[in-house]
Amino acid sequence: MTPEKLYEALKKIQEPKGYFFNPDMSMTMPLMESLLINKDRLGYMACPCRLANGEFEADRDIVCPCEYREADVAEFGACFCGLYVSKAWLEGTIEKVVVPERRPVEKILW
Amino acid sequence: MAPEVKVYALSTCIHCKKAKEYLDQCGVKYDCVHVDQLTGQERKDMVEEVKKLNPSVSFPTLVVNGETIVGFNQEKIDEALKK
Repeated sequence: MTPEKLYEALKKIQEPKGYFFNPDMSMTMPLMESLLINKDRLGYMACPCRLANGEFEADRDIVCPCEYREADVAEFGACFCGLYVSKAWLEGTIEKVVVPERRPVEKILW
Repeated sequence: MAPEVKVYALSTCIHCKKAKEYLDQCGVKYDCVHVDQLTGQERKDMVEEVKKLNPSVSFPTLVVNGETIVGFNQEKIDEALKK
């Protein structure tokens, strides 16, 4: 699976749900690569921007799309990685900010 | 005096990559550690080190001239580099 193929496959699924890919391909494509790296390394697509524990059960909340995407996109217009963005974010009607970490630190086990 | 910059990063994180690219553009030297590539006790110790600077242990965490900056925040980096 190439990053481009992953991008096309996910786009078809996620856009109808209102989650658009960041048009900045210098963000989105490296993130596609990182998802594939984590899939190879860990066996699942752990969030590229978070420290994964390395066990699926302990990382269930950060398997992309993570459990925090909905709240982050609703509040900031983008997920923590800046991979998924809202229509408002795309249209520039909301301010683009650094999305703070929503995951409780206790979830990091080691 | 050359600025003292440490970057706690993840090898797969795009914000970490962008932060390092920005520092490179500014010609700033930095010491970077990829915490996801550490294992065992070394990793545990590093997580504790980051936690003291940034309780949410998110990445990147930068220390620029003694000031901790969470996330890739260009304005904050610029301000800290001026000091």
